[in-house]
Amino acid sequence: MAIELQPLEQFTIERLVPLHIGRLDVSFTNSALLMTIAVVLITALLVLGTRKAALVPGRWQSVTEMAYEFVANMVDTNAGHGARDFFPFVFTLFMFILFSNLLGLVPYSFTITSHIIVTFALAAVVFIGVTIVGIVRHGFHFLRLFVPEGVPVALLVLLVPIELLSYFIRPFTLSIRLFANMLAGHTMLAIFGGFAASVGLFAIFPLGINVLLVGLELLVAVLQAYVFAILTCLYLRDALHLH
Amino acid sequence: MDLASAKMIGAGLACIALVGAGIGIGNVFSALINSVARNPASQGLVQPFAFLGFALAEATGLFGLAIAFLILFVF
Repeated sequence: MAIELQPLEQFTIERLVPLHIGRLDVSFTNSALLMTIAVVLITALLVLGTRKAALVPGRWQSVTEMAYEFVANMVDTNAGHGARDFFPFVFTLFMFILFSNLLGLVPYSFTITSHIIVTFALAAVVFIGVTIVGIVRHGFHFLRLFVPEGVPVALLVLLVPIELLSYFIRPFTLSIRLFANMLAGHTMLAIFGGFAASVGLFAIFPLGINVLLVGLELLVAVLQAYVFAILTCLYLRDALHLH
Repeated sequence: MDLASAKMIGAGLACIALVGAGIGIGNVFSALINSVARNPASQGLVQPFAFLGFALAEATGLFGLAIAFLILFVF
């Protein structure tokens, strides 16, 4: 007796345009399509929104300015001073994850960030980038990050491995947090949808739950993009200011 | 015990992790309500931390849920 794989079939990658370079499979998949759509939408919002550049902004310009100010405030508040150079990176990260999560809620669409490899790529870039920034800025002193001040030496033997572990676990928690939220949300939607399809007249109950779940998923989509970006800012602050 | 039954039991056990998520989220918002009730002017400062705390607490519970789904559908 095999467990039905129905709820997880929504996550399969399909090759829309099969392409091969030698033995390398570079097909244009549904994941790649959604990534392209996300980038096109973000670019359209930013470019077309500021086309008129009015002093009193119209609707689209307001949205663009709100997105910019939101991330700019987040970077200034959380990453400390001297982090303005990293604003484009955090802004790109936030907008890409936000649009990917929201596009996944469109019916018959595909959620890019529900694949661990995508979220792990983003988290690995953040982790490696922040570590390199810290090492370039502080050199050998970067290791001070793992030795908190004013701790007796006897306690350091226990504390430094714990600090090291919690530092190196960052890319994994960062990626798994986003991945698990997206996976759990969409799987639950599929499971309750399956109930609704199989119960006939009582389908109103799972359908009602699905409506509420979509609302929750909207909140989670925005919130997880915000959490990813703000944790990036906090890690940057650690690397730039070593505490 | 066959594999399918063991998977069901394993997935059910893994969902116990969501208890921690529930308690954590309750703690976060209870602290938010308490602090805004004592000092309503602090709402703008405290609310972003509340949402950050909610997301992090929820994520920990969802780690457990992801393990449950992995046990059920992947192994």
